[in-house]
Amino acid sequence: MANLFAGVGTSHVPGIGAAVDHDKTQLPYWKPLFDGYGPAREWMEREKPDVVIIVYNDHASAFSLELIPTFAMGVAAEFQPADEGYGPRQVPVVEGHPELAWHICESLIMDEFDMTIANKMPVDHGLTVPLSIMCGQPEAWPCKVIPLAVNVIQYPQPRGSRCFALGKAIRAAVDSFDEDLKVAVWGTGGMSHQLQGERAGFVNEPFDTAFLNDLTADKERLINIGHTEYMREAGSEGAELVMWLIMLGALDKDAKEVYRHYHVPASSTAAGLIILENS
Amino acid sequence: MRQDRPYSNIPGTYVLDPQHSMQGYELNMFCMSLNKPKNRDKFRLDEAAYLDDFPLTKEQRKAVLSRDWLGLLQLGGNIYYTFKLAIFDRRNMQYVGGAMSGVSEQEFTDMMIAGGRPVEGNLYTSEEK
Repeated sequence: MANLFAGVGTSHVPGIGAAVDHDKTQLPYWKPLFDGYGPAREWMEREKPDVVIIVYNDHASAFSLELIPTFAMGVAAEFQPADEGYGPRQVPVVEGHPELAWHICESLIMDEFDMTIANKMPVDHGLTVPLSIMCGQPEAWPCKVIPLAVNVIQYPQPRGSRCFALGKAIRAAVDSFDEDLKVAVWGTGGMSHQLQGERAGFVNEPFDTAFLNDLTADKERLINIGHTEYMREAGSEGAELVMWLIMLGALDKDAKEVYRHYHVPASSTAAGLIILENS
Repeated sequence: MRQDRPYSNIPGTYVLDPQHSMQGYELNMFCMSLNKPKNRDKFRLDEAAYLDDFPLTKEQRKAVLSRDWLGLLQLGGNIYYTFKLAIFDRRNMQYVGGAMSGVSEQEFTDMMIAGGRPVEGNLYTSEEK
């Protein structure tokens, strides 16, 4: 049977990807951030998940205001890096796992989560930057990926409680997949940041620290953070953190923190990373 | 549609809510069009002529042509869309962040290195100096 063994929460700041792509990770500006990613990459190499479900948001790449799916799962065999205006990132094509992805979609819809199913979905920095963070610059990504795109740009985004419940349903789906696969879920985005307006550059380290702490200490609090609290306390783009709650919902109740890294700034953002493992 | 919302008193923040989305749809979709290399070439050749294909308001059109980064948000733009125009200009997020908050790119970058815009004074409009 498939085994969902761990979760990762990480920021997906485009500048982090650009630093990798343009060989800037050892510059004084970026080095402290990338030094902290070292142990996470070692963990990834050691654990070798077969499949990673990456929960991320599309930033006007595959989707736009023309069509705004709240939850869209990619079931294709591969996903091309998107052109976000610079030309596509020169990173490996993302390989999917159609059988598991379809199984999860079917299970979720029977479980009353009405998913959008995507057979063609270019993936932008929201998905490829976490791969760069965790895997560096390999010739091919070391795992299959199931993209789960969440609308966090158009208000109202899905509530934290719904995201957590979706994570639980994903866990049930993975648990019932009849193939020996080692599966991880990554929740991406955040941490506190605001890219827009006169308040651009807003960062709230105490909020972020409490969020990281409560992924293990007080899930109930995190699940109940509302839209306005996210926008006010974590910045207008900090509401991306609901995507970490899908990851959290997919884990055991008593999942343990095994690694954490936090750094300000990455571009205009507070960057965080956490690894949680089921016991 | 309800205008007064619980997040209305967050300073310097333009939420892409239903009202904002209706106001900015065409503007944001213009920005979205710059994802395609062919469109970027066309826009580079003659910005004003390219904009004729999008039903923007006079104010939105002016804000695009003059790169009024804050004005674009006030006219319905969303940063993930308007940033595509910044990418077109080869500007980074620190430049645009500075332009929206009235400081230079270097000052904005320095503020981020020093830990970002502080929480104190920036949670409620009533706290603003």
